[in-house]
Amino acid sequence: MIRSHVLVCGGTGCTSSGSPKVRARLAEELKAKGLDEEVKIVQTGCFGLCALGPVMIVYPDGTFYSRVTEEDVPEIVEEHLLKGRPVERLEYKEGAEANKAENVAASLNDTNFYKSQMRLALRNCGVINPENIDEYIARDGYMALGKVLTEMKPEDVIQVLLDSGLRGRGGAGFPTGLKWKFARAYDNDQKYVCCNADEGDPGAFMDRSVLEGDPHAVLEAMTIAGYTIGASQGYIYVRAEYPIAVKRLQIAIKQAREYGLLGDNIMGTGFKFDIDLRLGAGAFVCGEETALMTSIEGKRGEPRPRPPFPAEKGLFQKPSILNNVETWANIPQIILKGAEWFASIGTEKSKGTKVFALGGKIKHTGLVEIPMGTPLRQVIEEIGGGIPNGKKFKAAQTGGPSGGCIPASLIDTPLDYESMAQIGSIIGSGGLIVMDEDNCMVDIAKFFLQFTVDESCGKCTPCRIGTRRLLEMLDRITEGKGKLEDLDEMEELCNYIKANSLCGLGQTAPNPVLSTLRYFRDEYIAHVVDKRCPAGVCKALMHFEVDPEKCIGCGLCMRNCPANAITRTDYIAPGHKLASVHIDTDKCVKCGVCMNNCKFKAISKK
Amino acid sequence: MKTLAELQAIRDRMKDSVVMRSGSGNIRAVVGMATCGIAAGARPVLSALVEEVNNLHLNEKVTVTQTGCIGICRYEPIVEVFEADKEKVTYVNMTAEKVRRVAKEHLRDGKVVEEYTIGAVEK
Repeated sequence: MIRSHVLVCGGTGCTSSGSPKVRARLAEELKAKGLDEEVKIVQTGCFGLCALGPVMIVYPDGTFYSRVTEEDVPEIVEEHLLKGRPVERLEYKEGAEANKAENVAASLNDTNFYKSQMRLALRNCGVINPENIDEYIARDGYMALGKVLTEMKPEDVIQVLLDSGLRGRGGAGFPTGLKWKFARAYDNDQKYVCCNADEGDPGAFMDRSVLEGDPHAVLEAMTIAGYTIGASQGYIYVRAEYPIAVKRLQIAIKQAREYGLLGDNIMGTGFKFDIDLRLGAGAFVCGEETALMTSIEGKRGEPRPRPPFPAEKGLFQKPSILNNVETWANIPQIILKGAEWFASIGTEKSKGTKVFALGGKIKHTGLVEIPMGTPLRQVIEEIGGGIPNGKKFKAAQTGGPSGGCIPASLIDTPLDYESMAQIGSIIGSGGLIVMDEDNCMVDIAKFFLQFTVDESCGKCTPCRIGTRRLLEMLDRITEGKGKLEDLDEMEELCNYIKANSLCGLGQTAPNPVLSTLRYFRDEYIAHVVDKRCPAGVCKALMHFEVDPEKCIGCGLCMRNCPANAITRTDYIAPGHKLASVHIDTDKCVKCGVCMNNCKFKAISKK
Repeated sequence: MKTLAELQAIRDRMKDSVVMRSGSGNIRAVVGMATCGIAAGARPVLSALVEEVNNLHLNEKVTVTQTGCIGICRYEPIVEVFEADKEKVTYVNMTAEKVRRVAKEHLRDGKVVEEYTIGAVEK
């Protein structure tokens, strides 16, 4: 008889920090202690605290262990699982004691990281075994589909979605119900339902986590959509770079077919629907809806002009809908709990929750799901645990290469569609990259633009050539060759690219440049006028100097220099025995090896 | 092919097994499992308790866990029952049979089995 469940994260983050080894060792130890029939090991999806992986949670008491190594496992088994004494040194409970209610043991939900989160799209992630359909069913899985097929007309489903206020989580925020309504309205013998799992923004991984932790939720929602718009075939377009997600989807589809939840005559109702996977090769533009559909068709992934919109002529020129993974994951619960429930969460125009992938200069890198309208400050300071190493918060980049930055002065901005648009950024797919004082904003803009230049498909001129010219201007600025007029010209070019590009990629590509120009113009000016990079990032604008009084002439830097740029001078400082060294700025490649290795702090960046 | 009714049956069957992960029930039954407890036979007591709670479908209400040394080793195996707003009940010298009775009468029906409690034994 099972008396305890040990949940070990099997998401990509924890897998790379070693959770498979922990799981294997756990199985061995349990067997050795004769506990294997009392304690069940469950491999789950992402818990969210990726920075502290591998993570493990022991039920029924709910003890949360972080950074568990293989060597810790025997102690956990002996002390906790056998004798009931949690291993305190491995327990994660930041802030839990302070946040808990009186007379109750502190639990995971009391920790600063989890306390203000609200998990809807992620509700099964880190709770169920994603490779076991029965566990999904135990948490009301496929009940929404059952309800739709037996009690609801397609129009009812659309009405529920419209009333719920659900908007697309992929970035654009288009009302989901409306999208379905349009696709339903077009008459055709064949329609398609597509899932966009081509998550390409640098630093975004929420879709991957949903697929890895709760793949059946996506399958169930797509089947509901098939019934609603009158489609019998669905496609999930997922990146080949997500091997764990692909594997779990394959398992989920197989199990759903075995249970007759995909295929002909679903639940005996006569409704027919099936889903296939299409693997993307990792082109960013294939996350754009028309390019994605073109790619599923087997052609080169390039966008098509809209209109006609996919609702009219989408995949194979048939009426189609495409929703993002996170959007799908919300739908079964909206059907079961009702539109009113969902509409009660969030702000007036942005309903529900949003999952963010927290990354960059933040203590708790990971996945967080919060009600729409939660202020950025709360996400960074409370949930994220603040900026490490006592540095100051400078800005947060939302929406990846299509988004913009939020400067420190606007840290109280609520995270919802409207407020973000107002300050010139977007929620986007949910990437949230935190930057501190060591980040150069010109360099950040350059990083994202370099990404879009590489990823531009080349079909339309404004995007293909415009972004390249823009990048060249940024390059000049970071090399100290910029002119003040460049800034105005860049703005003009940005607006031109936005207005004239064919698809979302080009239309949003200039956003990082525009928003850094708007909030950090002084940094651009420092690069252009003073030929100085305030954060000390842009290599061309800095040089290394030796303080001859501190240099003892040990020669370590000379031996390490890859460019042979360091030579000995004639000067011997008072109290030293050897002559000091000098760095030839012309030869120097600015790698910083000399400075990082100098034990006497004689070399500095100027 | 599974019908909706069959799915609901799977859900009901599986629910007991995942309910453990949704946090603690209102009642916590804790078995002392330190060295002294194990030596005195706490393992079969724990197994019997888990089994009985399952058989009686009390999973949503009752959480069974172990704990370390409770401090009165001569009375091991010990089972303590915690319930919000109620005084803690300590059962001593437990056996598998006794604990099954506690599960039925106390955990299910809410009636404390007085004769097994520490108060009765100490008299």
